[in-house]
Amino acid sequence: MSTHLAARRSRARARDGWAALGFLSPMVIGFGLFMVYPLIASIVVSLYDWPVFGERTFVGLDNYRSLLDASTFWTVLRNTLVFVLAYVPANIAISLGLAVWISPRIRGRGLYRALFFLPAVTPLVANAVVWQVIFSPGGFAASTWSSVTGGEAPNFLGSSTWAMAVVVMLSLWQGIGYNLLIFSAGLDALPEDVMEAATLDGAGTVRRFWSIVLPLLSPSLFFALVMTLISSFQVFAQPFVLTGGGPGDATETLVTYLYRTGFERFDMGMASAVAWVVFGLIMLVTALQFLGQRRWVHYGD
Amino acid sequence: MATDRAPRPRPAWVSQILLTVVLLCYLFPFVWMVATALKPADEIFRKPPTLVGSRLEWANFAGALDHLPLWRLLWNSVFTSALGALLVVVVSVPAAYAFARLRFRGSNALFVCFLGTLMVPQEVIVTPMFLLTRELGWDNSYQALVLPWAFTAFGTFLLRQFFRTIPVELEEAAMLDGASRPRVLWSVIVPIARPAIAVLAVFTFLTYWNSFLWPLVIVSSMDMATVPLGLQMFLGQSGNRWDLLMAAATLAVVPMVVVVLLLQRHLVRGIALSGLGGR
Repeated sequence: MSTHLAARRSRARARDGWAALGFLSPMVIGFGLFMVYPLIASIVVSLYDWPVFGERTFVGLDNYRSLLDASTFWTVLRNTLVFVLAYVPANIAISLGLAVWISPRIRGRGLYRALFFLPAVTPLVANAVVWQVIFSPGGFAASTWSSVTGGEAPNFLGSSTWAMAVVVMLSLWQGIGYNLLIFSAGLDALPEDVMEAATLDGAGTVRRFWSIVLPLLSPSLFFALVMTLISSFQVFAQPFVLTGGGPGDATETLVTYLYRTGFERFDMGMASAVAWVVFGLIMLVTALQFLGQRRWVHYGD
Repeated sequence: MATDRAPRPRPAWVSQILLTVVLLCYLFPFVWMVATALKPADEIFRKPPTLVGSRLEWANFAGALDHLPLWRLLWNSVFTSALGALLVVVVSVPAAYAFARLRFRGSNALFVCFLGTLMVPQEVIVTPMFLLTRELGWDNSYQALVLPWAFTAFGTFLLRQFFRTIPVELEEAAMLDGASRPRVLWSVIVPIARPAIAVLAVFTFLTYWNSFLWPLVIVSSMDMATVPLGLQMFLGQSGNRWDLLMAAATLAVVPMVVVVLLLQRHLVRGIALSGLGGR
């Protein structure tokens, strides 16, 4: 009886094996060609002097070495870190605040959420171009500034201090929508009786938020934080379109630098080296977050 | 005793009005975009700024359409995004099912391999991907826009997590009735998982729709450009025709406004259902 059962099980398992082969092969073939192969190739390319046209030569770690020696690299790294430090906390705070604000007492919540989400899905170059018009010299921001203060307005996109601030604001404008939706979904899923019990106990709104809502929401918060940090290290389109990395290299980020290295100066080896530095940074920061999550993220009961 | 009392919440209507004001400020760039699109060119940078010019210049829209093949761009964007979303769903659903339910040799190792690439940013592989697509002779083509990014681990992972929440008994009942694995997947699992699949499709669509770096790298002509890239090219060619640029931007933004308003009910529910929010 038991051997019979075992035989049937192994037949089922063999059938499963064939089914798995059929189910997985489209994905695995594509994955191999378009993920694994380029991933390995990018390590290889980063070890070469690899112009798009012409001879390539093996140079070992030279690309990484000259990258770390280039002052531009340290500038774009600093710019990227400034962007991350300004953008991520502001994004989380604003989107969480809005998600809480759009509470069940607000009528038409779906509409509010959708409209705050809107800039996340409108073409980002369109967004950037609109911001360019608003912040260009003589544009809405500058004219309003001088009407209000009576003085001369700064050249927002042409000043090395203002340009990064505008890049951050544009990124916030189009970036908070996703997190707003994630927090809203998290808030909607909170058990109503817990919230009610907290109110009956006389917990004030602020205390209720810090001691009940926030811990219950911590898985969503963790998810949003990880994703937002990862994407902020990859910021590209906003500085590229809005300021072109300028003035000078004041808003040049790691990825705009990568683009210029690989696709304007056609130095594929160096571009791949930059890419691995970006990846390394992202892995480091994500690993730190996963290590730290035990302290503040509460899953389930 | 009175000091212990929680502060009285603001009445709902105050909160509502404040929120509406914040929302209007938030949407101001769109308002300014439409306003600028309707102004005569020499009135765009007026001091003090006015919302409406001396006349409504509807001709800007015709002008934008003259300089920019907007319908072509919209078609390219919609077509590649829709095809990308479809492809991702079609390859991810069976793969996710295999990982969720089928027992086969090496399944764990393969799945870990998948997971390991979840965090790989696009930039890391954009250079070799460019070399590969050129090697394949695909530059400036639809397949180059769609195929390279359709086989990521994200969809497989998302759906596997969802499939595992479906009770196994449902499948066993169908299998006892003689249904094959593909049959079970198609008629038992897929109908139940429809919300998760829809979320995957929508998010993939948006990822393609907003993709900028890759089209910039791989597309060189206006007729193959997507909306973001086309606007960028137009910006490069005619940097100071702000009136036309704003008209073009308006035409590119409007379809998304319609889509978001139509989908508003599903936005939050989709995220909650699919477990995308980290739950």
